[in-house]
Amino acid sequence: MSATFPAAPILPGESKIRADMNGRPPASRRVSPWADALFSALAHGAAWLTLALLAAILVSLVVGAAPAIQAYGLSFLWTSEWDPVQNRYGGLVMIYGTLMTSFIALLIAVPVSFGIALFLTELSPLWLKRPLGTAIELLAAVPSIVYGMWGLLVFSPILSRFVQQPLQSVFKGVPLLGSLFSGPPVGIGLLSAGIILAIMIIPFIASVMRDVFDVTPPMLKESAYALGSTTWEVVWKVVLPYTKTGVVGGVMLGLGRAIGETMAVTFVIGNFNQLNSLSLFDAANSITSALANEFGEAAPGLHQASLIYLGLVLFLITFVVLSISKILLQQLKKREGQVA
Amino acid sequence: MTTTAAIAAANPADTARRRLHARRKHTNVIALTLALLAMAFGIFWLVWILIETVRLGLGGMNLALFTEMTPPPQADTGGLANAIFGSLVMVTTATLLGTPIGILAGIYLSEYGQRGWLGSATRFINDILLSAPSIVIGLFIYAVVVARTKTFSGWAGVLALALIVIPVVIRTTENMLSLIPNALREAAYALGTPKWRVVVTVTLRAARAGVITGILLAFARIAGETAPLLFTALSNQFWTSDMGQPMASLPVTIFKFAMSPYENWQKLAWAGVFLITLGVLILNIVARTFFRNRS
Repeated sequence: MSATFPAAPILPGESKIRADMNGRPPASRRVSPWADALFSALAHGAAWLTLALLAAILVSLVVGAAPAIQAYGLSFLWTSEWDPVQNRYGGLVMIYGTLMTSFIALLIAVPVSFGIALFLTELSPLWLKRPLGTAIELLAAVPSIVYGMWGLLVFSPILSRFVQQPLQSVFKGVPLLGSLFSGPPVGIGLLSAGIILAIMIIPFIASVMRDVFDVTPPMLKESAYALGSTTWEVVWKVVLPYTKTGVVGGVMLGLGRAIGETMAVTFVIGNFNQLNSLSLFDAANSITSALANEFGEAAPGLHQASLIYLGLVLFLITFVVLSISKILLQQLKKREGQVA
Repeated sequence: MTTTAAIAAANPADTARRRLHARRKHTNVIALTLALLAMAFGIFWLVWILIETVRLGLGGMNLALFTEMTPPPQADTGGLANAIFGSLVMVTTATLLGTPIGILAGIYLSEYGQRGWLGSATRFINDILLSAPSIVIGLFIYAVVVARTKTFSGWAGVLALALIVIPVVIRTTENMLSLIPNALREAAYALGTPKWRVVVTVTLRAARAGVITGILLAFARIAGETAPLLFTALSNQFWTSDMGQPMASLPVTIFKFAMSPYENWQKLAWAGVFLITLGVLILNIVARTFFRNRS
């Protein structure tokens, strides 16, 4: 390459000669500058589109819910009446159902996910780590409709027969606990929805926990081991304090998922607007299942607007929860950068 | 041994230490056993769901499933042909529609917007959209498309699904592009390559396996989505290839059939669940192994 260059005399300022010598103009000339500008504009546009999408969702929900917001204001949130016949709406039953099922789900999923993450990072033999990790991640890939149908037709009858009915016979007549387990013995309601949500969010929480446990500097762990700590003490007193923001971030991610999950809940919650009993086994309703069941048939007007209002509430709750999750996980990442 | 034990027993401080040691060991064993149980608990559900899906779904597998339309209640024959076709068409179109936007935005995040407010804002919003409730996406498309055109349509379903594809593709594309070493980009720039060619022919090419994995995962994700289709594409009892009409899809049909009391519908629903689970899990496993082999 370089040998050919000095052969022809290059006169300063005469680029024409250089171009002739190569037989074609320099490479940079072949591309017109607009290609670069166009590509950059496309990439920028796609990024803006993402931002615009969020704004558009918010605006369209607010516009759609406007009649209901005008009619009820914030009292919609603590009114439990939901009566399409008399055209009076309040969202308390659904909001309670959504929060309660998500709470039950977290109660189960957090300790289990912690155990799974502990197992995968500290206990599992190396050759098992990947297959087990993949299996847990596949749990997240199973479509929610599969969970729903399985929950309704396979899991609920079993829950009813082996959990609800024994509990009912044991606590029959006991004032508070008795009413907690009352209800027809079919196994659908808040509890089964919560359990199925738990199964669905375990993979999300567990994989975040596993990832943040893995970023703990080995030196910290090894120091603790060298002082004679047991595996449990290392995890509980060294790894967990070091990664707590990330762990909470993972839990929040799971909570966001649980609140927004639709199909699995719709199948097993029973879809009945009542708040008469606090039973975990009575048919109830959640925001997502009310939307899934009623929105298609809702008449335009106050009914539809109230459902969209519920959707807006749902979106705002998940937005806040997921934002907290994201901020906590970012904080951990920042600190990790400082230590390294 | 007995003598040392005897001496130790004589020393009260030593016994206390021994007791502490025993307790710590016990706590450790209990905690680790619980961790093992938690792992088994997680795997247990996966296995149980898969077994039930196969057990109840395999019986419904026959040729009619792929050739006949969804039947009326309590009919003897019938299949899911229109639902399978509708799902394939809508999911494929949505992936084709969402992928270019997702890749472009991913390129922006990794190649243009490393710093700066637009980059971090997009990254933040995208992570939220990634986990946002899909039924809200359905509401959004209902408000902007269905309510305007006054009809449920396959196109509305496609748009709703595409909005779910975009964040997934953005996330994986950005992650994969940022794994590419900067030296590769710098080498290309040093040769005088303009930025768009560096991105398309060097960076994106090097990250190809990861990006394709992301697209496959997005495809798998929307193949099972029901909520965003409920009030966009609705459903259709008959075969249609007109995307301007309401269109049947596998998940929505399963939902309708599973909630019904009719035995033939429930049987078809299980067959549909089997198909969808099989497809989604295979896609996931293929995507993972493909990525692992290439990178």
